[in-house]
Amino acid sequence: MRMVIICDQRIALGFRRLYAMTLTSLQRGQKGVIRAIDTTDPTVQRLMVLGLVEGAEVEYSSAAIGGDPLEFRLFGSAISLRKEHARHFTVSPLPDGG
Amino acid sequence: MASPGVSRVPVDQITVSRRPSASIAVVGNPNSGKSTLFNRLTGLRQRTANYPGATVEKHVGTANLGKVVLELIDLPGTFSLSAHSMEERIAVDVVLGRMPGTNPPAGILAVVDMTNLYQGLFLVQQLMELELPMVVALTMSDAASASGLRVDIDSLQARLGGAVVCPVVATTGQGMNALREALAALPESPMPDLPVFWPELNEAAEKLAGESKVAMRRIEIERELIDGSDEKLAEIRRELFGDEPPLAKEARYRYRWVREVLRGAQQKAPLPSTWGAHVIAWLNRPVPGTIGLLLVMATVFQAVFAWATPVMDMIDAGTATLGFLIASQLPEGAITSLLSDGIVAGVGSVIIFLPQIMILFLFIILLEDSGYLARAAYLMDRVMRSVGLSGQSIIPMISSFACAVPGIMATRVIPNRRDRIATMLAAPFMTCSARLPVYALLIAAFVPAESIGWLNLQGLVLLGLYVLGIVAGVLTALLLKVTALRGPKPPFVLMLPEFRKPNLRTVLLQLWGRVRVFLRRAGTVIFTVAVIVWALAYYPRSDTVASELAGERALAEATLTGDALGETLQRLEHQAAADQLAQSWLGRAGHVVEPVFKPLGWDWKISAAVIAGFPAREVVIAVLGTVYAVGDEADEATLAQRLKLATWPDGTAVFTLPMVFGLLIFYACCLQCAATLAVIQRETNSWRWPVFAWFYMSTIGYVGALLVYQLGSG
Repeated sequence: MRMVIICDQRIALGFRRLYAMTLTSLQRGQKGVIRAIDTTDPTVQRLMVLGLVEGAEVEYSSAAIGGDPLEFRLFGSAISLRKEHARHFTVSPLPDGG
Repeated sequence: MASPGVSRVPVDQITVSRRPSASIAVVGNPNSGKSTLFNRLTGLRQRTANYPGATVEKHVGTANLGKVVLELIDLPGTFSLSAHSMEERIAVDVVLGRMPGTNPPAGILAVVDMTNLYQGLFLVQQLMELELPMVVALTMSDAASASGLRVDIDSLQARLGGAVVCPVVATTGQGMNALREALAALPESPMPDLPVFWPELNEAAEKLAGESKVAMRRIEIERELIDGSDEKLAEIRRELFGDEPPLAKEARYRYRWVREVLRGAQQKAPLPSTWGAHVIAWLNRPVPGTIGLLLVMATVFQAVFAWATPVMDMIDAGTATLGFLIASQLPEGAITSLLSDGIVAGVGSVIIFLPQIMILFLFIILLEDSGYLARAAYLMDRVMRSVGLSGQSIIPMISSFACAVPGIMATRVIPNRRDRIATMLAAPFMTCSARLPVYALLIAAFVPAESIGWLNLQGLVLLGLYVLGIVAGVLTALLLKVTALRGPKPPFVLMLPEFRKPNLRTVLLQLWGRVRVFLRRAGTVIFTVAVIVWALAYYPRSDTVASELAGERALAEATLTGDALGETLQRLEHQAAADQLAQSWLGRAGHVVEPVFKPLGWDWKISAAVIAGFPAREVVIAVLGTVYAVGDEADEATLAQRLKLATWPDGTAVFTLPMVFGLLIFYACCLQCAATLAVIQRETNSWRWPVFAWFYMSTIGYVGALLVYQLGSG
């Protein structure tokens, strides 16, 4: 991990995207905690204003027709976003019922 | 230059009873129950105006709180003070006191949905930096306790720097007394202590405030640092935010604080399953969700046609009988004709569609209030993306099934201007409630009421017309998005509100509002048009026709007897009425434009009706009603019966199936609605788009009708 930290932030995010779980890799009904966000996209920033920030607990609840956009539960409300944006959120999954 | 003898009193010493002493901004997230609460507090003491330079309605009401009278401003819902759409920008400008013509608020009523404290408190925290007195209303506290949510109000109040927190149920009025008391004391209350959550930002803002020559409040400097792009602040921004986007950093800091507050104040029990949760769980699956959406729309259209029929038949028969009674009881002449052929036949033929329009509006209001429309936007995003729009464009389109005017206004939530305009131009293609009468009349008269399996043929044709409107609208959006309105693919981010049982009171109030608009139009515009059209169709009276009739009648009476005489007399009178109509002003004008519409198979009567219908399409029915009543002696016939009997001079029927389908397609496409044109003009702030929309849609309608008639007639 030390290697990653001294690297450019973008490389670190690229690394995470390759090897870490993102919002798109959660299973239906699975919960996760957001750990890191690639904030360059303005839509991602908008999602952060709506509460998708590091430390927030989310639950993947459904996908629309054609598997996109996705719906997540976030502190009792529901938010929908497209896969292309969900990919920018790295999560660590919580065990079932957690 | 005060004139002598006039003593001046400082403005603040004048007290007029019942004058609001201060204005309070009502701010909250969308769907937080803000407007319901606002209605509770102000009752009917409301007025609606427009914000300068924008079409967003400004809702201002007066709250009578015992000794204190306050002005409440109901602002568009927003999640943050970083405005994202036009409506949010207005909310932010009013809150910051920089909206011209609106009093800077002396206090804030923050409305927070108790079941969604997370996003609600984010906004509350931003609002606290206004350094204004604040009351926080926690709405839907019943739903919160039903779901097992417990909120420690005292702890929350302490965390919010002492701002009064009032749990309420806006729909039933529970908790309103405490809220009223808190509001009455609001202008005199101290501002809440600011929570420290981002000391660096506060310091930077204070330093800038000290340096600045113009007095700026801390919040304005902070918003400028976060949302602005002023180059002079670039250095400070770099220090504050590093490489990160300011918005992202702000969100992190604020939500960290929100989570801390919630940890102390909110104890959440496991959610017991409610019917709403069950419905969502089912609708969340892509396939049942899609089938559900189709079923919902099919039910709406089926209901519009099937449920309304008995009432419509009654109104239809009533109108025909009334016309017949007037014609048979009063002496023959201009007044009688005006009453029975002009007013009763004209206005009656439009009023008959009130039941259908009520059912349609009821469904749209229910879909909106239950939170289903947002779900439709989510389900359809993928489809809309293929035409260059996002799921957000679906809500304006579905609203346009009732009326394109509120539909076009609903495009305001779409952040990008190009996407907004593309949606606005697609919306008028959706079959609105004013098209329904024309469809219903022609379908009922000319499509056989047969069934194919369990499908009703008439219902099928109606469904086809709705589909035609949707396809034409969507293709129009696509066409625009690849040509004039080309731009990046719009993003899709949407909060999906919980399913809620719509509040009966709110639904009925909205429905009554729509019905009133319809009846007022029937009573004014359509009434006037009916009278004018009647006059144009009745005058001038030709003496030649009258004397010819008298001559031939005398001849017939002298030579014929019994049934043959009766039949001949009837035929003669019918002929005379038709001749009178043909040489009337309307007849002459209709003959002038007839060549334009002849290739579509329309006679001069339909051409005249279509032209009269350009300001408002439902007028067409009134015109047809009047024209066919004036030119017809069968007083007790309904309009549909009269249309069936209409013939060309050579005796062939005017309303053949290809001609009827062409006419229907013309109506499906044509933009015959001055109100829609006006609202497009206002919302785009240019004449270019309404003019384009009018020519574009009229051309499509004409060409479509031409093709169907010419190909259909072989």
